[in-house]
Amino acid sequence: MAKVLYNEPSPLETKVISQRFGLEGSETLDVYLKTKGYEAFRKAKEMTPEAIIEEVKTSSLRGRGGAGFPTGLKWSFVPRTHPKPRVIVVNGDESEPGTCKDRLLIEYDPHQLIEGILIAGLAVDAHVGYIYIRGEYRYLIEKMDRALEEAYARGYLGDNVAGTGFKFDLYTHTGAGAYECGEETALLDSLEGKRGVPRMKPPFPAVAGAWAMPTLLNNVETFSSVPAIIRDGGAAYAALGTPKNGGTRLLCISGHVNKPGVYEVPLGFPMMKAINEIAGGVRGGKKLKAVVPGGSSCPILKAEECDVAMDYDTIAKIGSMMGSGGMVVLDEDTDMVGFALRIMRFYAHESCGWCIPCREGTTWLRKMLQRYYDGHGRKEDIDIIGEVSKNMLGRTFCALGDAAAMPTISIVEKFRDEFEKYLTRETVAV
Amino acid sequence: MTFSPQIEERFAKLLKRYPEGKTRSAVIPMLMYAQDETGAITKELIEEVAKRCGVTPLQVDEVVGYYSMMHRKPLGKFHVQVCTNISCLLVGGADLYEHAKKKLGIGHKEVTADGLISLEEVECMGACSWAPAVEINYDFHHHVTPERFDQLIAGLRDAGLRKAQ
Repeated sequence: MAKVLYNEPSPLETKVISQRFGLEGSETLDVYLKTKGYEAFRKAKEMTPEAIIEEVKTSSLRGRGGAGFPTGLKWSFVPRTHPKPRVIVVNGDESEPGTCKDRLLIEYDPHQLIEGILIAGLAVDAHVGYIYIRGEYRYLIEKMDRALEEAYARGYLGDNVAGTGFKFDLYTHTGAGAYECGEETALLDSLEGKRGVPRMKPPFPAVAGAWAMPTLLNNVETFSSVPAIIRDGGAAYAALGTPKNGGTRLLCISGHVNKPGVYEVPLGFPMMKAINEIAGGVRGGKKLKAVVPGGSSCPILKAEECDVAMDYDTIAKIGSMMGSGGMVVLDEDTDMVGFALRIMRFYAHESCGWCIPCREGTTWLRKMLQRYYDGHGRKEDIDIIGEVSKNMLGRTFCALGDAAAMPTISIVEKFRDEFEKYLTRETVAV
Repeated sequence: MTFSPQIEERFAKLLKRYPEGKTRSAVIPMLMYAQDETGAITKELIEEVAKRCGVTPLQVDEVVGYYSMMHRKPLGKFHVQVCTNISCLLVGGADLYEHAKKKLGIGHKEVTADGLISLEEVECMGACSWAPAVEINYDFHHHVTPERFDQLIAGLRDAGLRKAQ
């Protein structure tokens, strides 16, 4: 029996991590076990930690949270013989505007996430993990807690995981409303009960993370991809995508399309095919103006740049990022000044205030863009907005400063004519 | 301070889930769950959480000042959060927020005179593909039109009346 989903699936999807979405009872251990659940863990238990990490490297899985760092390499940085115990932390803070995928992985397939974490535990010899979930997702924390309870009750967590003698404890931890806590070191401070501000690196979390213990930290989707990699082999997973960009990922399509939704596609899937065939094209028969390819922090792409394959390296080549998979589609009528302002209002609100270029830069950019939007802009402001943004790049502890600057620079440069037109016309609403 | 047995049980579990001596980690979850019951984070609650987690009240207070979901003043019984970030903005989120202000007669972080409903313009809540989105307390509502919003508010008022009777 099928379950009602947030959006209809598309026949063009390649379902690996979303294969259980829509199955009745997909969140239960029984359905999980009936659908190849824990085959990967049992296989991994017979492998050496080195072999597990090698398999993940072979898969060319890259972090699904935003940075796209090779996952196997990240796992290899965790010192297994360190005198302090290793900790696994799962980033479920999902706050990048445009991104709504980890929600579904927790809601529909929590046991896949648990199995991925357990395999990571075998790989880095960790015996405890924390799933950090943003505070707004309270209903998901409750769902995850129920899945954890079931796993403990049935012996898939605790002192003897699946009868293999492996010990692992796993808990949820709630956030409390802070975009900054999606940054891995800020998340660790938040997990320690502090304000979520980024840490100086090095040391990297792999060596000194949560409570100064060696910590493996990955996104929910990254961990959720691991069972399929171990079960079917890293090479098979890699083959789904493009070289160095293995597998599939969840694409969150939003904005001006006929069928917005979360869809699983292989890396390298053509962007225009995703917009036109999966998401049903731009709504109202309008023309495409621009696309934010991977969440609000990614430089915007003009329509003519969008005829491109979606993998990390190809999108990087044209000056943007795949980010967290949040693809926002803008039609020809979108007011780009208003759009840039809304992005900057967000970053000014979410800047943690730790680094001055970000704290002051985002606030002044917000003020300038607001003035511009209100019809009091000056011609020289266009250049000043670009310059202030460029001065923030690379001058902060974490990537939030860059995240605010990059889309702004791209919007001002690519849609300068719209800023100029704004000087001589009445304010228009988005 | 005393809390309901459910919250006390949760607190007991929280204090045990972090590595030995790391009870400071329980500060944020404890504040979040306590706030659901107390309605706001008071000085008394800060001192209580500090005592239970073995940290100073200042260490708790600075956390309260940082996170946007922690509130020092009571919210309405139903906290209505309207997202106006980019994905919602493009499909009517900003208009929906304007509608909400008019409908409720209150602004950002204000509470209706009867204390039933509070309103907040919020940042991205992770409902981008099903925008525009509204979260009431911890319940998500997707594809919210002004008409649907009015129905939701009518539902809250009915629930408030039933409670009062």
